[in-house]
Amino acid sequence: MPDTVPGSLRAYLHGLPGVDEVGVRRRAADLATRSVKTTAKARAIDLAIRMVDLTTLEGADTPGKVRAMAAKAVRPDPADPTAPPVAAVCVYPDMAAVAAQALAGTEVAVASVATGFPAGRTPLEVKLADTRAAVAAGATEIDMVIDRGAFLAGDYGKVFEEIAAVKEACGEAHLKVILETGELACYDNVRRASWLALHAGADFIKTSTGKVTPAATPPITLIMLEAVRDYRALTGRQAGVKPAGGIRTTKDAIRYLVLVNEVAGPDWLSPAHFRLGASTLLNDLLMQRAKLATGHYGGPDYYTLD
Amino acid sequence: MTTLEYGPLDDGPLEYAPAPEARSIVAIRPSYDLFIDGEFTEAKSEERIVTVNPADEQPLAEVAAAGEADVDRAFTAARRAYEGVWSRLPGAERGKYLFRIARIIQERARELAVLESLDNGKPIKETRDVDVPLAAAHFFYHAGWADKLAHAGLGPSPRPLGVVAQVIPWNFPLLMLAWKIAPALACGNTVVLKPAETTPLTALVFAEICQEADLPPGVVNIVTGAGDTGRAVVAHPEADKIAFTGSTEVGREIARAVAGTGRRLTLELGGKGANIVYDDAPLDQAVEGIVTGIFFNQGHVCCAGSRLLVQESLAEELLPRLRARIERLRLGDPLDKNTDIGAINSAAQLARIRELAEAGANEGAEPWSPACAIPERGYWYPPTVFTGVAQSHRIAREEIFGPVLSVLTFRTPEEAVTKANNTPYGLSAGVWTEKGSRMLWTAARLRAGVVWCNTFNQFDPASPFGGYKESGYGREGGRHGLEAYLG
Repeated sequence: MPDTVPGSLRAYLHGLPGVDEVGVRRRAADLATRSVKTTAKARAIDLAIRMVDLTTLEGADTPGKVRAMAAKAVRPDPADPTAPPVAAVCVYPDMAAVAAQALAGTEVAVASVATGFPAGRTPLEVKLADTRAAVAAGATEIDMVIDRGAFLAGDYGKVFEEIAAVKEACGEAHLKVILETGELACYDNVRRASWLALHAGADFIKTSTGKVTPAATPPITLIMLEAVRDYRALTGRQAGVKPAGGIRTTKDAIRYLVLVNEVAGPDWLSPAHFRLGASTLLNDLLMQRAKLATGHYGGPDYYTLD
Repeated sequence: MTTLEYGPLDDGPLEYAPAPEARSIVAIRPSYDLFIDGEFTEAKSEERIVTVNPADEQPLAEVAAAGEADVDRAFTAARRAYEGVWSRLPGAERGKYLFRIARIIQERARELAVLESLDNGKPIKETRDVDVPLAAAHFFYHAGWADKLAHAGLGPSPRPLGVVAQVIPWNFPLLMLAWKIAPALACGNTVVLKPAETTPLTALVFAEICQEADLPPGVVNIVTGAGDTGRAVVAHPEADKIAFTGSTEVGREIARAVAGTGRRLTLELGGKGANIVYDDAPLDQAVEGIVTGIFFNQGHVCCAGSRLLVQESLAEELLPRLRARIERLRLGDPLDKNTDIGAINSAAQLARIRELAEAGANEGAEPWSPACAIPERGYWYPPTVFTGVAQSHRIAREEIFGPVLSVLTFRTPEEAVTKANNTPYGLSAGVWTEKGSRMLWTAARLRAGVVWCNTFNQFDPASPFGGYKESGYGREGGRHGLEAYLG
């Protein structure tokens, strides 16, 4: 869907149905009142653990830090081998090799941010080189950022071409496209950016880098879930959604699963189509999991801080 | 290395385990007396009414059916309270009582929510998040007015009317009580209120709340009963004003009885609200609004958006989305926190819904319902959407008062407005468009007391509510609502 007729891309994106802000917030708040307890809660917690992209994206990241996190990703609860591993670890490109080595032979994937994360203010060649380097180092999932400046300036063609080019540079690796919704100003733009990314080849659309406030919110995730739902109805291709940033508690995570269940549908309730980008969330999930199994909370000291 | 090759959940989708609200918070007495002059007193009439839980048809309690002598006692008490205490009390003092009642409603919110669900059949999610908080809000709002009536734009010193006879319906038992009693008391009137025969219980708890708030005896009197009691209440010579919410049929009967007596009357009656969806509507939110418009409270809502008018160019895209959304509604135990659709309030109402739905099918409209399990006991009706409906069909003209939506299409804004207004009713309407000028153009031409824009079924005590034509007259809520209780 490149901009073959000048202005056609803009006309397409602006022709999408609008999003009523009050209505979408109300729907998200309504779904947040769903009560998920007992057996349903136990299953939801395990599913949420399997959907976590365990993330460290700091300037101070070291090989030691990444290895420790990788160990936690494979076996989140040292005291309980039944706790499932997370979906992936998410690191900067220069740490992809360390992560790949630490996770070799496990079912945990290596995800790497790329394309000049988090601002994305680098030339396209640099973005592509960044992507290729991460893939070469063993990343099987690439989390790219879109050019928000171009998007807000109305240069949708540029955003589209960049995503398509990065997708090509990914080769076999899966592409998650970060919209950085906290910078997109309105819900209509979130919908437009979602469709733009999906048409350009995104395997996943992701809310945020985690470096901008607000990060993931339920209404924004709801709009993105509607986009992947409608995109599949239109094209037959099922893309995923990844809210990232600010999801810290089991309650939050379960609310996101309810959104997935009721907005996109049960087909999206798997790590192949829904991920939670988080770091501190995992320990809360583990604590709640132990609480359900044993009837009491272990203190935070019983869960590793990696 | 495997990456994105996980399958879906092995054992199916995310099933919510049953999450019932505890019933133990409510202590229902086996039998209730009338609330007259600040006390629960035995009825002179020996007739009793059994109120049942519509979700399982089990009896909940027995209440008195007040006879003429009982109604007479209630009016005597109300008159005495009006003349002796309430009309002489400064507004600020009346306000204090109302604030107190509002706070007690909040304190007993959970109990009231559970009881309302049990007696009415509506889901706990609605009683907890809508009925009870809004009832408290109505008392808070009117408490604030009690000492500011001179600034309501109704003259420098507006006077109360006296004793007010109030008859309320079963669809929002506590909330309708609040809509009636809060403004009446704030303006200095005293009341005799008759709750609906199938849903008297929260009104009786409200009577306890009046006691708890030390409300002077006789200011609020509650007489339970059925049609005969209602007739005795509205026909009582001591009633200076009558306020009724219910069916247009009964409203007409009351209007006839009151005509020529000089007594004031406000009526809030039926409706056949049009929900107009233009092709530039915010689509997903419009789908939500259509669902809220007709399935909120099982469609037992006088202002329900029971006629969906969708622009023909959008219909093919909208209807599958609407059906997919309705598939997700959860029908069942009203006390389960995850229930979206509860029980139909009574066997009589269920029969009425069935009759009209059958008429719809017989007249050539096409019904659709999601595949949802209907509980074995109780009164239930699945969410139903009729397509291919013409203006001439009964389901497009008569109020069904159930979870049944009639879908009609239109081509131009003019046609939408014409069809929307082509009804003997005029209570509510909805308009969905992202274009402000079209919104205002449409809203200005709709003959309905309430027009919701890009939303539906939103209520606020500050906003006046009421109808045109056969939907009644007078307004409730807001500054306009005070006029009904001041002379």
